Order: sequence, then structure tokens, then C-alpha cells
Amino acid sequence: MHRRRHSSAHARRTCRTAVALTAAAVLAAAVLTGCAGDGDDGRTTLSVGTFGVFGFRQAGLYAEYERLHPDVRITESVIERNDTYYPQFLTHLVTGGGLADIQAVEVGDIHDLARDLGGRLTDLSRAPGVRAGTWLPWKWAQATAPDGRTVGLGTDIGPIAVCYRKDLFRRAGLPTERGAVGRLWAGDWHKYLAVGRAYRDRAPAGTVFTDSAAGIYNAAIHGYPERYYDRAGRPLYTGGPAVRTAWDLAVRAARDGLTARLKQFEKPWDQAYANGRFATVACPPWMLGYIKEKAGDAGRGRWDVAAAPRPASWGGSFLTVPRAARHRAAAVALAAWLTAPEQQARLFERQASFPSTPASYAMPQLRGARNAYFGGAPVAEIFAEAARRAPTLVTGPREQLIGTAFTDVGIAQVEQQGRAPEAAWAAAQQEIENAVDE
Amino acid sequence: MTAAPTTTACPPGAADPGRRERPGAEDRRAARRSRRYRWDVRYSPYAFVAPFFLFFAAFGIFPLLWTGWASLHRMELTEPGRERWTGLHNYVRLLDDAFFWNALGNTAVIGVLSTVPQLLTALGLAHLLHHRLRAAVFWRVALLAPYATSTAAATLVFVLLYGRDYGMVNWALGLAGLAPVDWQNGTWAARVAVSSIVVWRWTGYNALIYLAAMQAVPDELYESAALDGASRLRQFRHVTVPALRPTILFTVVVSTIGATQLFGEPLLFGGAGGQKGGASHQFQTLGLYLYEQGWYDFHLGRAAAVAWAMFLILLVVAGAGGLVARRLRGDG
Repeated sequence: MHRRRHSSAHARRTCRTAVALTAAAVLAAAVLTGCAGDGDDGRTTLSVGTFGVFGFRQAGLYAEYERLHPDVRITESVIERNDTYYPQFLTHLVTGGGLADIQAVEVGDIHDLARDLGGRLTDLSRAPGVRAGTWLPWKWAQATAPDGRTVGLGTDIGPIAVCYRKDLFRRAGLPTERGAVGRLWAGDWHKYLAVGRAYRDRAPAGTVFTDSAAGIYNAAIHGYPERYYDRAGRPLYTGGPAVRTAWDLAVRAARDGLTARLKQFEKPWDQAYANGRFATVACPPWMLGYIKEKAGDAGRGRWDVAAAPRPASWGGSFLTVPRAARHRAAAVALAAWLTAPEQQARLFERQASFPSTPASYAMPQLRGARNAYFGGAPVAEIFAEAARRAPTLVTGPREQLIGTAFTDVGIAQVEQQGRAPEAAWAAAQQEIENAVDE
Repeated sequence: MTAAPTTTACPPGAADPGRRERPGAEDRRAARRSRRYRWDVRYSPYAFVAPFFLFFAAFGIFPLLWTGWASLHRMELTEPGRERWTGLHNYVRLLDDAFFWNALGNTAVIGVLSTVPQLLTALGLAHLLHHRLRAAVFWRVALLAPYATSTAAATLVFVLLYGRDYGMVNWALGLAGLAPVDWQNGTWAARVAVSSIVVWRWTGYNALIYLAAMQAVPDELYESAALDGASRLRQFRHVTVPALRPTILFTVVVSTIGATQLFGEPLLFGGAGGQKGGASHQFQTLGLYLYEQGWYDFHLGRAAAVAWAMFLILLVVAGAGGLVARRLRGDG
């Protein structure tokens, strides 16, 4: 008994200590959450989920919005690659948890998202201050579901130019002035390949004409309005004219040894920029910032921008607001503000993201804008011209998958593994069949 | 069955009719105490193991069953709440899915390429470490270091080493006068490269397990073998290896399970679009195919069928392993 009483006394002491500790912990937790909490100081915390670099933070847009709206604080969570970001976003959207108040969506996904899960996103066409006419008509249409709800507000678009190395062109005996370079291949990507062959025959040691066959494929196919589907929604990916032409160009470039056999957005691609391994790359506006970062000071004054053979638009994104967002109304207001012409113009100035709102084109940040890194090229003028002439793309189901089946399987097999084009085409078709089959 | 212990567990006093009219409070308390004590002894162990089984039910059994249910439906990530019963369709489809068989073959090939050298090297290293070495602790810690690094970090470093244009491995090959290898695009080169990451990471871990087992082998066996004139190598073959049989079997089973589930290394080795395991799917494992089907193609039902197929394959492999083990034990 004695032992027992002793132990119970001990237990009581332990218990008292535990209570004290718990109280301390609860107190500490209360203090901590009080500091970090939403609404402790009456401010609403809006979260923005994006992939890659949208540049809202870098351009100071969040800071300014917080200044204009002292009751709002903005946090951003970024996943580098869309192919990691999007499945996660879908899962969150389907389960209704873990969502940011604003979620970015890439153009290749917006069609399926609006059609299949549009009901879980806010209809932004009814949002205060949002007018359809602010955006390029096709950009607005891309995020509009068949039932007429518009679930995404356009951010940037991707009109295509060609970035090229003046120093390498000079050493290969090609013109270096951007107007003359653009005229070399104006109107036809086949001319671009012809320039490539001329370059190859006199190429400075250790360099090739362009980075990847996939880059040529993407630049070429996005110049056609009907790529993987026609206007009636019938599939064209089994061999429509756009797919065929882009495929043949890419395969030709690979087989002629015009490419550095690199995969875009991978480490070796970055290293090749730094080492000056290739002379040209198909260049949407967002690529300018990428080149500047990867080629660094060594590339300053060596790069320039010329018009692409055919106008095309590759890439671009949207901002959506899930219906399950915690602060829906505030999120809609922020999304509308971030995509308004003034802010898109500022994003262009900082990040070279090209506005999807025509009113931006006349703003001081774009009018006569020149890019010092790219030899003072009038980039806004070049891209605005490409955007004006770019076709309105017809979008359809599973485009992202279909595109990567061509670039990452078919073309990669020819370019990286040396397979015969016919076998690679069949492999790409089998890939698509397996992916879209239900 | 539960009723029987309860009745016998009744305290003798409580059931005694002679004391019923004066059921003293003291007695009742004692009875309760003794009942509690018996329950304590009987049921506490279950309470102690319960947390594991609760978690196992929540994160093991439930997902397993739910995946089985999903595999019998057409279930798309983009169409929540619109599942449709399709019976065995997803499984039948797998039977004639070239991508699935390719992934199965890759899993087996990479499994062998990584497990065999890994375990052999581990055995050799353990043998070396078993003898007196200077700085034994240092060597043991060094062996465990790869195991302590994260798969992602290790794989990303290996990707740089195996780079085609600027990788260190090709640079070394160049110094040796050999042609560079395209480690990602070559069919066998890629499989070897992925296997090498697994080997690097797990060899030390297995070596330490072997070492622990070796240290349990009685020294007398070695002494008598030495007296009989057996060399170090013969001692290893005829004393160490037979004594290590159960341990070796354990590591083979664990490595096989790991090889069947191989996922992170090939995914990150493939870089952007790594879920395809290369342009020709030359290093796409079953785990990657499952991931591609579920999270890139959004066919959750089909991905669930792949998961269940993997599970069944593991059961078959485990059954075969059990048979081998029984034979080994019979021999020993």
C-alpha cells in the first residue's frame, strides 16, 4: 500500500506538472496563432496558387494591391511545372479542400477544365468591373464553357518570335540585323530550316542552329487555327494538315542535324543557354526573361529578336476562382485587378509577359518598348504584330496530352533516339490512343 | 466465446449467495478492483497494439479495398461523382495493353539490375567490415550515409552526373578514351543508370544488416574452420553465408518489394515528363505507369487496376519466395 500511495502522489505531481505544461503549450499556441491568424488584425489573407513564374510578386503588384486595400494580405504558392501543378489543383478542386483563393490555369488545360469542372469555379463574367470586351475575343472564348460561364480571366498570351544570336549568325556568314533576319524566313518555316542548313554548313565550332525539334513543332503548329480539332470538334490529331506540317518540319530539322537535341525546360537546356550552344530558339515573350536569366551576362548584347516565319500564339494562362475558395468575393476582385490592362502592361515591363488585353498595347510600358538585353529590340512592336496576326486557336479535349505525345514521344524518338519517323509517328498515335481511350 | 471468461472472471465473493444480504462496500470495491485487474491483464495488450491497427485500417486496408472498388469502375479525375460500373474491363484491358507489359518488363529488369549487385556488394562489404578495420565506426557511418539522403536529392545529383552533354560520367568516359553514352535515351543505358541510383542508396543499408547478422555468428565456428586450414574466402563461403541464410532471405524479400514499387528514381531521372519513363518508355516502371494513368491521363479506375495488378504480382512473388525459403530451410 505504501508503495501505491507513493506512486499515486507521484502521479499527482506528474499530473500537476503535465497540466502546467499543457496550459503553457495552449497559451503559447494561442499567442502564436493569434499572430499568424487570419482576421486577428482584421485583414483578409488571399492565397494565389500558380505554376512557373507569373511575376505578380516580382512586378510589385501584390504590394501595390495591399497598399490600395489595407485590409488584404496576399500570399503566393508556386509549383514550378504545370504538369505537377495541374493534377494537384484538379484533386483539390474535386475534393473541395486545399484550394487557394485564386488558381492559375494554363491554356492547354482550360478547355477541359471549363467543360468538365466549370461548375466548381466562379463565373467571372458576372464579376463586378469585368467586361468581356477588355480581352482579346479568342482569349475570352477559350475560358468560356459551353453553358456560357466564363471561368478564367486571361493573363498573358504567347505570340511567337525567333530569338537569335547575332554573334553566331555573323560568324556563319548570315545577316545579323533583325529586319533582314526576319526576311530570311518570312512566311514559311521551311525557309527557316533552309537558313538552318546554311548555318550548319558554316557553323562556328560546337554550335548548332536551334535547341530542339519540339520547339519548332510547337512554334509551327500554333500558327494554325485548327490544330488537334476542327471547328466542329472532330479530331485532327490522327493526321490533320497542321499536325502533319509541324511534324514534318520537326522531323526534318532533327534528321538534318539542325537541333541540339535538348529537352526544353530541363537542366541541360539551361546549361546550353549558358554555354551558347545554339543560335536560334522559337521565342514567346515569356522566353525573353528565361534567356536573360540562363544566358546571363555572357549573353548580353549577343541575343536579338526577329519576327517568326508565321505568326502564332503558344501558351498563355488564366486566373480562376474556385467556388470553394475561402474569400471568394475578395479573390474575384483581386483576379480582376491583376488581369486588368494597366497591370498586364506593368507585368510586361517587368516580366515580358505579353498582355491579353489590347488596351495595354497603347500604354507607355509597351509603346516603343525596347529590350536592352536583346540589343534594344522593339519587342513590344514585334510581339504585338505577331499577336495581331496570330490565328484564333480552336481548342479541344485533352490537348495537353496530345501535344506532349507528339513532342515528348514521337519527335523525341526521332531526335534523341534516332528512330525512323514512321515508327515514331505510330508510337505517338498509340500514345494518344491509350491516353484518350476511355 | 467472450462470455466464458467473463463469468469465470466474476469475483468469488460476489457470486456467493451466503454473503448476499451483507454485501460489504469493502468487498464490492475489492471485487471491482480484481475485475479491473483481470481486464487490465487480458485487454491492455490489445489496447497497446490498437493504434497501429487503427492506422493500418485507415491507411492500409481502406485504401486497398477502395482501390479495388475503383478498379471495377470507369472513374475519371475530371468527372467526380460520375463513376460507372465496368466489371473487370480495366483488368481485361491491361492484358492487352502494350504499355503495361512494357512497364512490367522494365520493373523486372531494373529490379534484377539493382537488387543482385546491391546484395552481392553488400555481402562483400559486410565481410570486409566484419574484420578489424581502423576507424570501423567511420566506415559504418559512411555506409549508411546514402540511405540517409533523400531519394529526390540523390536522384537529381545523379541526373547531373549522367548528363549527355555536360555530365561527369561522360566526361570520365571521354578521359578514358570511350565514346559518350546518352544515359537517358539509350534503352539499356537508362535502365542501368536508374538501377545504379538504387544500388548506391541501398547497398550500405543491406551491408549493415548483414554485418549485424555476421556478428551473431559464433567465433568458434571460424576458429575451427581456421584450424582446419580454411582460407578467409572459404570461411566466408562455408561458414558466413550458411549462417546468414535467413538474413539474406529477408533482404531479398525487402529488396524485391522495393523494386516492384520503384517510382521516385525513374520519375526524377526522366526530368520533365518523367512519368513516361523516357521517349520510348524505356525505363517506365509499373509505379510510373500507374502515376501516368491516374494523374496525367486522369483515368483513376485504370490506375487502380494497375495498382491491384502490382499487389497481386507481389503476392505471387512473395509466395514463390516462401517456397524457396522452405526448400532452403529443408536443405540447411
